Amino acid sequence: MSITVETYATLAEATSAMRDKTQFLGGGTMVVRGINYGAQDYNRVVRSTDAALRGIRNEGNQISIGAGVTMSQIMASSSTDFLAPVARLVGGPAIRNMATAGGNLFVRPPYGDFGTALLALDANVQMSDGQSLPIERFYAQRDSQRGIVAAILLPRPAHGVFRFRKVTRTKPKGASVLSIAATLPGGSRITEARIAFGAMGPTPLRAKEAEQALEGASLDATGIQRALDTCLNGLDPSDDSLASGWYRRAVAPVHLRRLLLGKES
Amino acid sequence: MTKSPVQFTLNGTETGVFVNGGANLLDVIRREAGDLAPKLGCAQGGCGACTVMIDGETHLACLTLAETVEGKRVETATSLANGPQLHPLQKAFVEGFAAQCGFCTPGMLMAAKALLDANPSPTREQVTEAIAGNICRCTGYEPIINAILTAAAELRGRISA
Repeated sequence: MSITVETYATLAEATSAMRDKTQFLGGGTMVVRGINYGAQDYNRVVRSTDAALRGIRNEGNQISIGAGVTMSQIMASSSTDFLAPVARLVGGPAIRNMATAGGNLFVRPPYGDFGTALLALDANVQMSDGQSLPIERFYAQRDSQRGIVAAILLPRPAHGVFRFRKVTRTKPKGASVLSIAATLPGGSRITEARIAFGAMGPTPLRAKEAEQALEGASLDATGIQRALDTCLNGLDPSDDSLASGWYRRAVAPVHLRRLLLGKES
Repeated sequence: MTKSPVQFTLNGTETGVFVNGGANLLDVIRREAGDLAPKLGCAQGGCGACTVMIDGETHLACLTLAETVEGKRVETATSLANGPQLHPLQKAFVEGFAAQCGFCTPGMLMAAKALLDANPSPTREQVTEAIAGNICRCTGYEPIINAILTAAAELRGRISA
């Protein structure tokens, strides 16, 4: 099937060009893969060379990441140093030169670990029409909307508050059996924890009962037990070539325990 | 089928081709430009056999729409040798038995070239990381890692000589 590729200098022009059977192109790691394998749900590809898409900016205590920022840029920028360990686990170097922050919000499991981290960080997704969506709401309506993501806005976490763990069959490059991202503010007594799982449902999902179970708890074996007991509630992992849903459910609390206790095993 | 004109620099040569809508860069390099160095492995970003450099950064040609390289500088493994004179990476691959079937070799060479351009003195771990996106089913990787370290040492020697 022939695809029409349209390039626009500004994001506003690209937004106007979106209509039925049209796919916006970010880094191409998922869209072009779809074209290579005969994707039938679109016959137009729209892209934008707008420089604003490629910028990382500090805005007060917030960081704005343009949707077209690549994983390599995330790793290189001092503004996003806390996200570098997440970006580093996305594909090999060539993929990281291509894959974008905005694109990661649209990929399906077992991919999308960067979005999992953004969910734990309470990011906001800024659409090109000016709308700003809390990332959880964005994920809930992701597959039914036609808009283009312009940028991702997130607060910079205090040192040591953000944690991330990705479980793969192969290292250093591999798709997720599962990933877990958490922000754990409060020091000795946790307050307002955020825990997000990747590859444990159709989109990254928060483990809200586990978050509540950590309220006021300390990060030791006793303090985290109730969070481990409840962390699977609301998660719905699928079977794929990497792991069955059953396996993912079986090992998720083990890896959450390791993440919360800061231990490798 | 409508074709679009695309102009880019391929291995230092101005190249103009007409491409089918949705054609990936790998197809265009191989079929239209006739450079058979980059290989089609998985067509989904998993194997790295199609690794090329675009404006100095490694990219996977199979996941790059040809129309997006308009005006850009594309280099494949064909760019490495200077006539009969092999690049130190190629020489080290030959002498260190780092190529067996050879299918991954052009991609491996470009991943290694990108590493050495940015970091002339990589550690073994950094070499491993740099080729993490390139699959080899013959060598077990050790000869490839050794060859890249050997080439790095030779290139450093040339610079200091």
